[in-house]
Amino acid sequence: MAGPSVSVDLSAAMQTVPVQLADWLVVAPSILTIVGGMLCLMSRKNIALAPKLGLFFLGLLVISNLLLLAEVLKRGVITMVMGNWLPPFGIAFTVDALGATLALVAAIVAFAAGLYASITIDNSGRRYGFYPFLLLLMTGVNGAFLTGDVFNLYVWFEVLLISSYGLLVLGNDRIQLDGTVKYGILNLIGTNLFLIATGLLYGQLGTLNMADITMKVQESGVSGPLMTIAVLYFLAFTMKAAAFPVNFWLPSSYHTPRIVVAAVFAGLLTKVGIYALLRILVMLMPAARAELADVIAWVAALTMLTGVIGALAQSDVRRLLGYLVISGIGSMLAGIAMGSVLALSGTVFYAVHSILVMTALYMAAGLMAAMAGSYDLRRLGGLYGASPVLAGVFLVLALAVAGLPPFSGFWPKVMLVDAALTLGWNWLAASILVTGFLTSLAVGRVWIYAFWRGGPEGTVDGGSVSLPGGGVLLAGAGGQSTAAVWVPIGILTALIVLFGLQPEWMMEVSSRGASGLIDPVGYLRSVFGGGA
Amino acid sequence: MRSVIFRTFAPFITALMVLFSIFVLLRGHNEPGGGFIGGLVGASALAIYGISAGVGPARRALKAHPMSIAAFGLLLAAVSGVLSLFTGQAFMTSQWAAVEVFGVTVDLSTPLFFDIGVYLVVVGAIGSIALALEERESD
Repeated sequence: MAGPSVSVDLSAAMQTVPVQLADWLVVAPSILTIVGGMLCLMSRKNIALAPKLGLFFLGLLVISNLLLLAEVLKRGVITMVMGNWLPPFGIAFTVDALGATLALVAAIVAFAAGLYASITIDNSGRRYGFYPFLLLLMTGVNGAFLTGDVFNLYVWFEVLLISSYGLLVLGNDRIQLDGTVKYGILNLIGTNLFLIATGLLYGQLGTLNMADITMKVQESGVSGPLMTIAVLYFLAFTMKAAAFPVNFWLPSSYHTPRIVVAAVFAGLLTKVGIYALLRILVMLMPAARAELADVIAWVAALTMLTGVIGALAQSDVRRLLGYLVISGIGSMLAGIAMGSVLALSGTVFYAVHSILVMTALYMAAGLMAAMAGSYDLRRLGGLYGASPVLAGVFLVLALAVAGLPPFSGFWPKVMLVDAALTLGWNWLAASILVTGFLTSLAVGRVWIYAFWRGGPEGTVDGGSVSLPGGGVLLAGAGGQSTAAVWVPIGILTALIVLFGLQPEWMMEVSSRGASGLIDPVGYLRSVFGGGA
Repeated sequence: MRSVIFRTFAPFITALMVLFSIFVLLRGHNEPGGGFIGGLVGASALAIYGISAGVGPARRALKAHPMSIAAFGLLLAAVSGVLSLFTGQAFMTSQWAAVEVFGVTVDLSTPLFFDIGVYLVVVGAIGSIALALEERESD
C-alpha cells in the first residue's frame, strides 16, 4: 500500500453515520435487475427456466419499488451516496415522490410484459435473451428515475438504450434491422447531445450532482451559456421523448419488433425522456424553462396534433398506436410549458396513465392480431364475435387513451386544461381538447373496424365471419394456458379503471412530485443535510 | 494465417497473455493496470487462440460460453458492492480484509472483486465478439 500518509480529516468528505436499511431500497432496483438479468443470461440455454427466473426478479422489483414509494411518502426524499463519499463527490441516488411513482409504475408494466412474453415470445426469442434484455432495460429505466446525478442519468440512458437495441432486433427480420438502424441513429445523436450538454454544464458549474446544480444555478441566475445548455438538453430529451419535429424515428421503428417489446417501449422509453425534461429543465434550470416556455408550448401543441393526425391516417394498428404515443407526449410537454404545480401534476399523472394505457393497448393489439391474423385495419373484423371480453377491454383502453371519463386519461387532461385556462393559455387548452376529440376518432375507428363490423373489408353488411377463439393462434403457446396473456392486460386495465374512479390518491402523489420539482427544498435537504 | 510457426507458437503466446492479463489485473489496484485493460489482453489471447486453432477448439478450451463469463463478471461486480449492507454503510463502500498466506499479508477487498468482475465482463464480451467475427471468416 503505497498511498500518501498525510493525515486527512475524513469527516469532511466521508459519511460517518450508519446507513439505514430502508435506504437500500433506493439502489435495490438496480441491483435486483442486474443480478436477475445476469442469472437469466447465464442460464439462457435453459428456456423453461428463463420466464420463471425473469418473472421472479420482476416481481421482486415491483415489491421493492412499492416499499420504496411507501418509504418516500412516509419520510420524504431519500438519498444514498455510493461508497460513503459525501455529495457532491459521491454519486448520489436521490428519490422523491416523482421518481418513486414512475419507478413503481414502470416495474408493474415490466412485470406485466414479462408475463405476456412468457406465452408470446417463442423459444428462439428466449434463447436469444429476451428476459436478460428486459431486466437490463429495467435497470436503465429504474436507474434513470432514481439517480440524483446528471452524468449517472446519462449512464442509465445508455444502459436502457443498449438493451432496447437488443430487444428491437429480437427475431433478426429485415424490417426489424431497418427499424433498429433508424431508432439507433437518432437515439445516438440524442444521447450525444445529452453528453455534450452535460460536459458543458460541468465546465460551467463544476458539479454534476443535481441538488448541487440546483443551488449553483439559483445563485448564478440565468446566463448565456446556461441558456445554451438548457436548449441542448431540451433538444436531446425531446428526441428521446419523440416530440415534434424530432420524432420520425418512433413511427418507423415501433411497429417492427415483437408486440410485447413494442408494448414495453411505448410504455416506458418516451416517458424516461419526459422525466428527464421534468428533472433537468423544471427542477435544475427553472429560469431557463420559463424563458423557453413559448417554444415548449408550440412543440407540445404540434406534437399533439401531428401525432393524432398521423394516427388518423394509419391503417396498421401498431403504427396508429405509435402515433398515439407521440400525441400523448405532446400533452405532457404542455404541462412542462406551463410550469405551474397543477400543470406539472397533470404531466406526472399523464405520464403514469400513458405508461399503463399504451402498454395495455399494444398488448390488446397483439391479441387482436393473434385472433384475426393481421394488424391491418382492412383485414381486421368480426372480433366482437370471437371475443366480447377483448372488445370490452379495448373499448375501456380506447376511452382511456382518448381522455374520456371514467378512466385514467380523463383526470390528467382535466388538470392540464384547468391549468392552461387559469394561466391564460387558451389556445393550448384548445389544442389539448381538439387532440382528445381526434384521438377518440382514431381509436373509435379501430374499434368499429376490428370489433363492430362483421368481418374484414368486403364482408357484406349484416354478414359475419367466424374467427377462432382467443389464444388458439398465439405463437408458441404449445398447450399452455392463455391466462398468462389475459392477466397482464387485466392488471393494467384494472389500474386504469381504478385511477379513473379513484383519482385522489394519484393526484395527491403527482402533486407531491410536482411541488417537489418547483420547490426542491426537501430534495436539497435530503442530499446536503439540514443546512441547505 | 495458419502457418506452422504460428500454430506452434500460438498456445504458448496464449498462455503467456492470459498470465500477463491476470498480472495486469492484480497490479491495477495501486499502479497502472486494472480489470479493463487486463480483460482486453485476456480477450486478445482468446482471439489469437481462435485464429490459430479454429473457433471450435477455442470455444471448447474455454468451457463456458463467453457471454456467460461476461454475465458472471457483472454479477460478481454487483454483489461485491452489496457486502457493505452488513456493515451499515452505503452501496459500493469498500470492505477490506487482511489474510495471512504463507507469511505474506494479502489485502483482500471488495474493489478487487469488482475489478475481477470488470475483467470477466471485458474478456467475455470482447472475446464473444472476436470469436463470432472469426467464425464468419472461416465459413
